[in-house]
Amino acid sequence: MNLYRRLSIKQKQVVWAWAFLALPVLFYVVIRFYPTFGSVLLSFQEWNLLGSRTWIGLDNYTLLFNDPVFWKVFNNTFIYLLLGTPVSLLISFIIAYNLDKVNFLHATIRALYFIPFMTSAVAMAWLWRWFYQPVPVGLFNNFLSSAGIPQLPFLKSTFSALPSVLAPAIWAGLGFQIIIFMAGLRAIPQSYYEAAQIDGVGPWTVLKEITIPLLKPTIVFLVVFSSIGFLRIFDHVFNMTTNDPGGPLNSTKPMVLMIYDTAFNAFDMGYAAAQTVVLFTILLLVSLLQLWIMRERT
Amino acid sequence: MSQTEIKASSATLDRAAPYAFKKTMKPSTIIRWTLLFMGGILMIMPIVYLLSTSFKWSHEIYNLQIIPDEPTLDNYSFVLEDGRFYNWFFNSLIVAVSTTVSAVIFDSLVGYTLCKFKFKGKTFVFIAILSTLMIPTEMLIIPWYTMAVEFGWINSYWGIMFPGMMTAFGTFLMKQFFESVPDEFLEAARIDGLNEFQIWWSVAMPMVTPALSALAIFIFLGNWTAFIWPLIVTNDPQLYTLPVGLTTFSVEQSVEWELIMTGAALATIPTLIVFLVFQRYIIRGVVMTGLKG
Repeated sequence: MNLYRRLSIKQKQVVWAWAFLALPVLFYVVIRFYPTFGSVLLSFQEWNLLGSRTWIGLDNYTLLFNDPVFWKVFNNTFIYLLLGTPVSLLISFIIAYNLDKVNFLHATIRALYFIPFMTSAVAMAWLWRWFYQPVPVGLFNNFLSSAGIPQLPFLKSTFSALPSVLAPAIWAGLGFQIIIFMAGLRAIPQSYYEAAQIDGVGPWTVLKEITIPLLKPTIVFLVVFSSIGFLRIFDHVFNMTTNDPGGPLNSTKPMVLMIYDTAFNAFDMGYAAAQTVVLFTILLLVSLLQLWIMRERT
Repeated sequence: MSQTEIKASSATLDRAAPYAFKKTMKPSTIIRWTLLFMGGILMIMPIVYLLSTSFKWSHEIYNLQIIPDEPTLDNYSFVLEDGRFYNWFFNSLIVAVSTTVSAVIFDSLVGYTLCKFKFKGKTFVFIAILSTLMIPTEMLIIPWYTMAVEFGWINSYWGIMFPGMMTAFGTFLMKQFFESVPDEFLEAARIDGLNEFQIWWSVAMPMVTPALSALAIFIFLGNWTAFIWPLIVTNDPQLYTLPVGLTTFSVEQSVEWELIMTGAALATIPTLIVFLVFQRYIIRGVVMTGLKG
């Protein structure tokens, strides 16, 4: 205590700062950094969780790149991304753009769009799984048959299974994107619109020349945020295909499900770790690429 | 985006944009409103059918009607009968509340320290914490699992909670918000003889309460719906969280869709109630976290 009193105010500040940071630094080292390096090291080893770990060099990676399932999964993951991000952003922008101009019952309509975002993915995955069941159980096919349209296979066909899994994920995420888009729209200074109005510019030109360019930070954020979400899709796929994990012929299997299966069903820990390293690399590259593309376009 | 802009944009969020206030009712406005309203109804239709089916007899689930002919509470009494759902609900509540409290406290403490103190290594610590944002959870799961096995954390609340006790996202967010707290206030408190902990807790924290509640909502929602980690770290049904329990329950029921829908409804209704009560705060919170993050 005497020692502490003799410190200058600045030195006391340093002591306090590190006292505040001690536990968090320990947390980040033990729960974040150590496991990160642990995964990278493990990806060069073979380990079934019980026996001892053996170094096998790049074997996990060569095995992975020669595994046809991996390429199928890699493909699927990108289809989730390339379908999910543009579709969800387009829909949510159209809704946000129009909702922004509507005053009557504004908050109520906004709530209708936002509610699905508050639900748990597991509950919604089972709900949609019921929708997709064949006649006479499933809601969608019952609608179709009452309208005289032939049934759709949804989750049962290799062609339609992936979009069927993706649909509830897009649906649940729209509310968040709409809210963020609307906040972005509000942040655009009124003076731009007033100037456009004085100049007699049409709504399309206003949208193209004012709204979208000034909305760029919001768009960049949402593109990166939703891309990462779709690349990491798991909850929906897992719950919608529990009877046949990964859908017919692995047609819905994303990378995270492959990682989960390899690690916690096959207990091939090293192989699973190699897959996580690949996933990490993809996420990093996709985010960097998107930030770079978005920066170019000014 | 600056602090004032966010405040302005979230304050006006409950109304349409000012330029929409024209009193003229153009046909285009009516069409726009109608389409938006129909779209909104379409958005909640799945949830309406979820709730409706949970009140139907099994022979009625094929029916497209929203209001059942003979509504029943049988599904609920069957699902709740063995008490597992109460158990899972309780587990989820404990886990989500504890994680939220811990993350909000530690994230703001670290954010505050990195914002208001001057010391060597500050930038390094900040960048190190920020860099963990780039690491996907999936990459950490295997080492976390081996850690949990080694220390006997499998099937325990702590096992489910430990990865989320602090978040880099929240730290970053709170650091941004503490920028708006003027140093003069902290200096005045220092002269009054408060120690640094008291300054943080009783001077700085009350000035960022909107940010704290926004962060709390975000973290709570994330933990309440978390799936993959609780699925891995628990295998004792007693310790399942609600999402994991719901998965097991639904797999068990297999074709009893009205029971599965009842389980899903039980998992959905609490968040719906919370949303309807705190709607304004939740949406404001999402905007604040979204724009700062």
